[in-house]
Amino acid sequence: MSAAITRAACEDLLYEEAALLDEWRLDEWLALFVEGATYEVPTAGAADNVQSTDTLFYIADDWHRLCQRVERLKKNTAHSEFPRSDGLRLVSNVRLLGEDGRGMLVGSAFVTYRSKNDRTECFMGHHRHHLVLVEGRLRIAAKRSLLDMNSLRAQGRVSIIL
Amino acid sequence: MAGQAVGRGASPWVREDGAQHTFRVARDAFTQDSILSLERENIFDRCWIYVGHESEIPERNDYLTRQVAGRELIFNRDRGGAVHAFLNICPHRGAMVAREKKGNALGFQCFYHGWAFNNNGRFATQIAEGNYPPDFNAQGCANLTEVPRLESHRGFWFVNFDRNACGLIEYLADAAAIIDLVADQSEVGMEIVGGTQEYGVQANWKLLLENSFDGYHAITTHATYFDYLANTAGSMTQPLLLGDNNRSRGVDLGNGHGMVEYPAPWGRPVAQWIKAWGEDAKAEVEAKERRLVELFGPERGHRMARLNRNMVIFPNLVINDIMAITVRTFYPTTPGQLAVNAWTLAPKNEAAEMRRWRLYNFLEFLGPGGFATPDDVEALESCQRAYCNSREAGWNDISKGMMKSSPAADDEAQMRSFWREWDRRLGAGVAP
Ligand code: FES
Ligand SMILES: [Fe+2]
Repeated sequence: MSAAITRAACEDLLYEEAALLDEWRLDEWLALFVEGATYEVPTAGAADNVQSTDTLFYIADDWHRLCQRVERLKKNTAHSEFPRSDGLRLVSNVRLLGEDGRGMLVGSAFVTYRSKNDRTECFMGHHRHHLVLVEGRLRIAAKRSLLDMNSLRAQGRVSIIL
Repeated sequence: MAGQAVGRGASPWVREDGAQHTFRVARDAFTQDSILSLERENIFDRCWIYVGHESEIPERNDYLTRQVAGRELIFNRDRGGAVHAFLNICPHRGAMVAREKKGNALGFQCFYHGWAFNNNGRFATQIAEGNYPPDFNAQGCANLTEVPRLESHRGFWFVNFDRNACGLIEYLADAAAIIDLVADQSEVGMEIVGGTQEYGVQANWKLLLENSFDGYHAITTHATYFDYLANTAGSMTQPLLLGDNNRSRGVDLGNGHGMVEYPAPWGRPVAQWIKAWGEDAKAEVEAKERRLVELFGPERGHRMARLNRNMVIFPNLVINDIMAITVRTFYPTTPGQLAVNAWTLAPKNEAAEMRRWRLYNFLEFLGPGGFATPDDVEALESCQRAYCNSREAGWNDISKGMMKSSPAADDEAQMRSFWREWDRRLGAGVAP
């Protein structure tokens, strides 16, 4: 199965994911994930291996809360993102880091810009995606976005999906 | 101000009219550099300011560095275990002597010219004879400067830059007993959990202060959070009763401190069980509540277990004992910008499964990625942005519940207690 997962295919998926988020096509974005998937953002500067069970994160969504996050972001009562921010995601430095129990671990670097109310903030860091092949299609089993920053002083919030 | 007496009723910033039941605050108080200067001088340089929790430096020689009230501080334990707070600046020519966020070290060495200090602050460098007189450090000019006052209550450490300030306990007034309701949740002590949320808001610090114990905004600002609870099986017990005068209240805790206290639907690890946590957790949470009742009697025990408290300790410490416990402090960098540090506090001996639920609870509501805090940030920034209109529309209204003898948690009594103290302290800086 792993033989079928190439870097090029992973890049295609990560670029597709970035585009769906940039275009605010959140249901289609969620459909990239397998049921039971998780999405996590540890605090700025955290080590790659921190666990949300014993450490405070910004975001540690199980499947239910990830679905609810998307539901929330679609509402015009999600005030931080309504009116919506504009954003752009750059993904690069894609590497296959090997397979483990959750799938193929794919590392990438990201820069995400968020612009609203005449202010533009930048989030930078690295993603760790676990990707799996489901009926020939690459899907996301877990996504962790690690911020390579000191703090969120300038950004203030992670109300978008990185 | 010419010709007017300084005091209640004469304030340029706070207008309270008891007869009309109105309370107004000038929007300029959120935007002016001159106000921030007065706040630094009369509030942040004179009040007790939270520096950290004892569990953050549990061992001898542990230290951390932190910005507190516009200063760079070292908060540490020396070789004998005594707790200190030093200004993080080299007595030589001013570089920071500790530049890591935290660590364990017998001393600190300035990297600039190499002066070294024991972790009790004393100069500890042998410099070749002939460079300085033999009694050079006789008056301590080569030692680290200690913060003038450092005191603690139940593991919460505070500094004061005013040598003549009253003691911490006197300052805390009725807020001390509310801290106790948090500290007493564990028989072996409470601890700050790993992971700090350090973020910023483009708004005046007093906007975050008001927001931190504002029951009035919950239903509207956080509509999506309550949608989420409704969509999450087994996430709710009792109804949210912010406006029920009999079961919720807004309280003046003295010296500008205030609190709202109310029942709410969400689960509380200590100790309000929700179905989503499962049957095993139920036994544990119920046992916890029984134990609180055994230790503290039914009234205080049930209060600790079932009621939520959002407390502001004047001027900038928030301890919210809600779906989890958040300890949050913030400081203005400019009139229109603040820096927040937020932690979560938990019982030291908490079972791993309960700790997991506690953190899960925290993140569903609180912090930069929660389902609620980002919308608070949006509201605060929206207010700050609109205060540019203050010349034509100059006053905030903080009158809600003034006619009531016992204000509820969705009234604004607790904010009025803050503003009265703020006004009193700033008034002290105005020449009569
Ligand atoms: S500034 Fe520290 S040794 Fe010179
Ligand atoms: Fe809020």
